[in-house]
Amino acid sequence: MPDKVHRTEVSHPFSCAPMPRRAGAGLKAAHVADILSQMPDIGFFEVHAENYMGAGGPPHAQLHAIRERYALSLHGVGLSIGGEAPLDRAHLARLKALDERYRPALFSEHLAWSSHEGTYFNDLLPVAYDQPTLDRVVAHIDEVQEVLGRQMFLENPSTYVSLARSTMDELDFLTEVSARSGCGLLLDINNVYISAINHGWSARDYLDRFPLERAGEIHLAGHVCDDDGKGNGTGQTLLIDAHDRAVADVVWVLYAQVIERAGPLPTLIEWDNEVPEWPVLLAEAEKADAILARHAEVCRAVAG
Amino acid sequence: MPWPVDDDAEAAFAAALLTTDPEQADRAPGGLFTADGGDATRRFRVHRNNVVVSLVEVLMVAFPAILRLLGEAYFRALVGEFVRAHPPRSPVLLDYGDGFPDFLDAFPPLDHYPWLGDVARLERAWSQAYHAADSTALPPDALGRVAPDALMTLRFDPHPATRLVRSRYRVVSIFRANRSPEPLSEPVRADGGEDALVTRPGLTVAVRLLPTGGAAFFAALLAGASLGEAAQAGHGDAGRTGAGDFDLTATIAVMLEAGAFQGLADELQENTKRTGPAPSK
Repeated sequence: MPDKVHRTEVSHPFSCAPMPRRAGAGLKAAHVADILSQMPDIGFFEVHAENYMGAGGPPHAQLHAIRERYALSLHGVGLSIGGEAPLDRAHLARLKALDERYRPALFSEHLAWSSHEGTYFNDLLPVAYDQPTLDRVVAHIDEVQEVLGRQMFLENPSTYVSLARSTMDELDFLTEVSARSGCGLLLDINNVYISAINHGWSARDYLDRFPLERAGEIHLAGHVCDDDGKGNGTGQTLLIDAHDRAVADVVWVLYAQVIERAGPLPTLIEWDNEVPEWPVLLAEAEKADAILARHAEVCRAVAG
Repeated sequence: MPWPVDDDAEAAFAAALLTTDPEQADRAPGGLFTADGGDATRRFRVHRNNVVVSLVEVLMVAFPAILRLLGEAYFRALVGEFVRAHPPRSPVLLDYGDGFPDFLDAFPPLDHYPWLGDVARLERAWSQAYHAADSTALPPDALGRVAPDALMTLRFDPHPATRLVRSRYRVVSIFRANRSPEPLSEPVRADGGEDALVTRPGLTVAVRLLPTGGAAFFAALLAGASLGEAAQAGHGDAGRTGAGDFDLTATIAVMLEAGAFQGLADELQENTKRTGPAPSK
């Protein structure tokens, strides 16, 4: 696989630097003015690639200003890597153009599908964990990494239903994809917790087995708890990946345990719906930063 | 290389996401299960809901005037129908909703509001201008450097953001009243006909109400006509409609102030001849 080298002109405004092992926040247009005037001490910002696939205008002006001041992570939501169809070459070309324009420190996408026969569903849909799907996902990731000329990071999904065709466990599937394609993993701890509750397995066990040496970033977000029954308390608990509130306490606990084992990792707070005022989102990022800093302190104390 | 697909599970899942058949809508597609014995239909409904609600919300952001005119409950129901009938064909949702104005025009329950489609067209033009490529507009003094006898032969290179929306209804007034945070001070009359010029020479989209003959003038210029030909079109249109005189000087002032063009087409061609194609940035 090619090295993380961008073959662009010498005068590119942005240098290639690694992701800081700090907390970051999902960038929202409503927060840009506050961020630029306050210049908060935050590790990085992450954007959904598809929101910046227009030619120009305010979105690019804002992202450019942010990128001049902060590290950037590019997160795709529309590539349909888990889909049956070949990857959309035009979409891949748009991703490449964005990657070259902003030189993000990291590019990630989802283990999911979102398009079928040209229709785009704007949702992350579940894949079967079987051998044909695994071969296809590896081929798709090979193609992404070849076109972008860089390693990509694949995010574990939040799921509500399982596919009867699955013959292996989600984590074995992800680990195998990563080993074969060389892609890194993006560990979304909120997704792990949601899927664990929804499917009746143990989030702790999943995280204990997760190949953290392959993780390049962590995602944290809020979820909503829905009664699977008719609201009368008789149904199964169903967690929905809503990204519309603060990170749940239980997810913070799991996060601290992961950091204790893995050491500091770039950590994103996602808050995409019911977006709060900027200070509220910043406070969530500071909470993650405090956990990262505490770990660093413990390491120093042990070493010193 | 195409991968062998062992069954059509994805197709069944995809079809079930957007079905309007009430019986199918209440059943999960085959091949799904929940490990904890939960109801797969109920779980699948999360995806059905995500798809439609998220796309409706994309259009709520893109069509705020239509949202305000219809009210949120009606908008959600109507756009839900649009989304199921015309789902996106690209993961880039900045362009989603191009077919929405036509859908409004052809939606029988809204026959009494025939101007909605044009208001939606103006909102679409606004979004297209917002996301268009960046470019600098022709400076306002550009025409001062042109010899008077050459003026009428000039052709212009449109700025990438420039859009023209013509209507038999008062779309600019309706658009402005319903995209302003202020409550409506007085009802806006729909009839009367208004044309809009949408531009974005910097980072701010501007919507201008065009004077008589202005739309015919800009339509001609945008199609590559010379200034003289466009002026004729403006005069001709004003004469046909009888809505007043076409004022060429005032309309040229609007054109320059709005930043509708990024250069002189002829000048561009000559420069290209002399120096070869401009290097791409």
